[in-house]
Amino acid sequence: MPHITGAVDASLMELPWEIPLSAWPEERIAALPRGLSRHVVRFVRHNGTVLAVKETNREIAYREFEMLRELERMDAPCVHAVAVVTRRISVSGDELSAALVTEHLAYSLPYRALFSTALRKGTLNRLIDALSVLLVKLHLNGFYWGDVSLSNALFRRDASEFSAYLVDAETGDLHEQLTSGQRSYDLEIATTNIIGEILDLQANEDLDEGIDPFKIGDRLESKYSKLWSALTETEVFDSNIPFRVSERVRALNEMGFDVGELDMLSTPDGTGLRIRPKVVDAGYHSRRLMRLTGLDVQENQARRLLNDLDEFRAVRRDVIEDESFAAHEWLTTIFEPTVRAIPRELRGKLEPAQVFHEVLDHRWYLAEAAAEDVPMPVATASYVKNVLPLRPDERAVLGRSLAEMTAELPALTDEFGTSFEARDPFENDNTYAWGEVPAPATTEPPVVRRATTRIPAPERAPLSGELAKRDQDAAEAAHAEQDDAAESEESGF
Amino acid sequence: MATVTYDKASRIYPGTERPAVDALDLSIADGEFLVLVGPSGCGKSTSLRMLAGLEDVDKGSIFVGDRDVTHVQPKDRDIAMVFQSYALYPHMTVADNMGFALKIAKVDKATIRERVEAAAKILDLTEYLDRKPKALSGGQRQRVAMGRAIVRQPQVFLMDEPLSNLDAKLRVQTRTQIAALQRRLGTTTVYVTHDQVEALTMGDRIAVLKDGVLQQVGTPREMYDTPANVFVAGFIGSPAMNLSTFRVEGDSAVVGDSKVKLEREVVAGMTADDKGDIILGFRPESLDRVAPNTPGAFPVEVNVVEELGSDAFVYGTLPTPVASAHDVTVGGSGEGIVRVDPRDVPAKGDTIWVTIRPGEQHAFSASTQKRLTTHAIQTDASRTVGA
Repeated sequence: MPHITGAVDASLMELPWEIPLSAWPEERIAALPRGLSRHVVRFVRHNGTVLAVKETNREIAYREFEMLRELERMDAPCVHAVAVVTRRISVSGDELSAALVTEHLAYSLPYRALFSTALRKGTLNRLIDALSVLLVKLHLNGFYWGDVSLSNALFRRDASEFSAYLVDAETGDLHEQLTSGQRSYDLEIATTNIIGEILDLQANEDLDEGIDPFKIGDRLESKYSKLWSALTETEVFDSNIPFRVSERVRALNEMGFDVGELDMLSTPDGTGLRIRPKVVDAGYHSRRLMRLTGLDVQENQARRLLNDLDEFRAVRRDVIEDESFAAHEWLTTIFEPTVRAIPRELRGKLEPAQVFHEVLDHRWYLAEAAAEDVPMPVATASYVKNVLPLRPDERAVLGRSLAEMTAELPALTDEFGTSFEARDPFENDNTYAWGEVPAPATTEPPVVRRATTRIPAPERAPLSGELAKRDQDAAEAAHAEQDDAAESEESGF
Repeated sequence: MATVTYDKASRIYPGTERPAVDALDLSIADGEFLVLVGPSGCGKSTSLRMLAGLEDVDKGSIFVGDRDVTHVQPKDRDIAMVFQSYALYPHMTVADNMGFALKIAKVDKATIRERVEAAAKILDLTEYLDRKPKALSGGQRQRVAMGRAIVRQPQVFLMDEPLSNLDAKLRVQTRTQIAALQRRLGTTTVYVTHDQVEALTMGDRIAVLKDGVLQQVGTPREMYDTPANVFVAGFIGSPAMNLSTFRVEGDSAVVGDSKVKLEREVVAGMTADDKGDIILGFRPESLDRVAPNTPGAFPVEVNVVEELGSDAFVYGTLPTPVASAHDVTVGGSGEGIVRVDPRDVPAKGDTIWVTIRPGEQHAFSASTQKRLTTHAIQTDASRTVGA
């Protein structure tokens, strides 16, 4: 019997733990990362959710599990660790690797899903900005990542920006407080990895040659440094002190951070005050919105929703004075009807808060075209009819991380010999299937014409005739190539 | 190429009293492969990260060559952390995979090509430079990843448990490759592991740490034959040394019904604090299986037999207390490990009789736990250590 730690869900026992992950039955698999991996990773359908299962050794699995749980407890943006499975014994009595189970983050996008030749230049910048915010948040929590890259993060649309989430904590470490050496080294790794990732995208002509990878690397560093110093810098004020202090706090709120504690110290000559934020927490707007409405959304979405709520209050001021009462009114008469107006079959496309954000955008364009205000129901109907159907389904886009596509090391199990299969690049490939995924746009989103080729696993027909044969040939060719390479390799360095 | 010197370097984490690394004094020679080893929490990784610039040095200093790097940022230290997990970019050539990081450092194209070619030669990758990683075997990919660190031509390589997520077979293979590569490059390397077998097989020298304190530095052979204290004696060697406390009468230790004669140096080194006790250690290969009525023999009840092909080890219990002061420190109380002939292994539950080979005991002070002799104790397993 496998031993499962961490999960509340007993039905996790039903998964076929006695089979090596690489051989799990197709009907379980939601998407198949291809190529070689440091570890075997599979996305698995289970009880209506998608789980990411990674085979690794026991110590690493437990360590990463504990770390993700601890990060989650600190409210850091990361995936949810579900369980560690150990004591897996195959039918033939062999011991199998331990497995770490995490929940796939709904509506998240791997960065490769966002790239295509028609990539908006702004998208890359927004991804970098999101990653730098993530890095600052993690560093504030004392987390040293050790392998920052675009492929080790997932991105969710967050109003007109993106929010980044930590996916792979294997190389990380939690400390009471990070040293400046740890922070600067993490940043250096990030820069190198991102430049590598961009050069690779360019080598594959997935990204315009005109984009300078080194500038992107610099952008990460400057965004990070700016935010870090805004959050941690000591300032000295010598006049109008109460105003300056509240200005500092307001500026931090504006950036989305709550200030829990301020360190204040008079300067030695007694004429001024040194202040330094001591405890800052991300999520200023999302917490405020949560308090007012109970909605749990991302930071920029919350900012957008709060703006709309404030507008609503301003218009209805004569009737509603109290903020929380107004919030309730807004929730029941504006937000919920809008979200409920989305037909069931279109709900997999975007998160409710993101839909609301887009409806607000859409209303703005309609109003501009009509040169008069457009009521929410009208805007919503137009959005549902004209915009949303053209958006891709983003609830479960399962990309392959770079690590899954390449060998960082040879796959570390005996399975290495067999896991390398050449496949049709379009078969079961979610990232390419998107064609171009539009950036969260300030203009009307472009039409996505190419239909998805992703077929849900249960309905997937067995490869027939020609296709199957081609697949097999390709696999054999790859094996032959691999054998050649292995033969020509000497025993040591 | 450079030496590395820790000069009374300490790391004290905020909010803690005991240093994580306590006044570490360690000189690493130019080109040396030094392994930091110890149980978890001993300070080995912290020591490495102090050198990398990831941990602050709260007291003392660290030098790379003659340069004091104590307060230098990691990227300005001319040191490379080598990961086991470099990503290889699938659409870039092997040469670009190895050299792209140099572009960030604004190294000119000709120099990059030169360094990449030199590294490729050392790594036997020359003919693959213009191919994509996909065309390479696993071992070759791993070498490309190493190449990324090599082309930077750092003064020092740092490796922190690089083999920890490999399976056992690959671990053995890779550790030989890393050691061979390091010798070929001649770059000073500091390597952290918790595995003493890895330390013995890879290091030119080994530094054993415990509780943030350096216990001993030496060649693998020195660590095996002349452990400086009880901790090192118990930590280095697999299976572990049998260690227990015995009563001393005259110039001999009382071991069960017999006596083990102690050297003059040992007896002279004992103090009043020892209260007439001594800690003796015997490696499993220093015990001989004998007939039951042999003088001086004591019985061992067999719990487990570990057969390794060329050797076999009995993990057993000693039914009659061999040690008069009774705390047998290895493998829990009253347990011992004996090497036996693999062609004649006893069954579980059997009782075998063993004697101690004369002159093969390690003697330690019962009060300070420090070694009482200066000379090495060589057993027939010694010569394979570090070979």
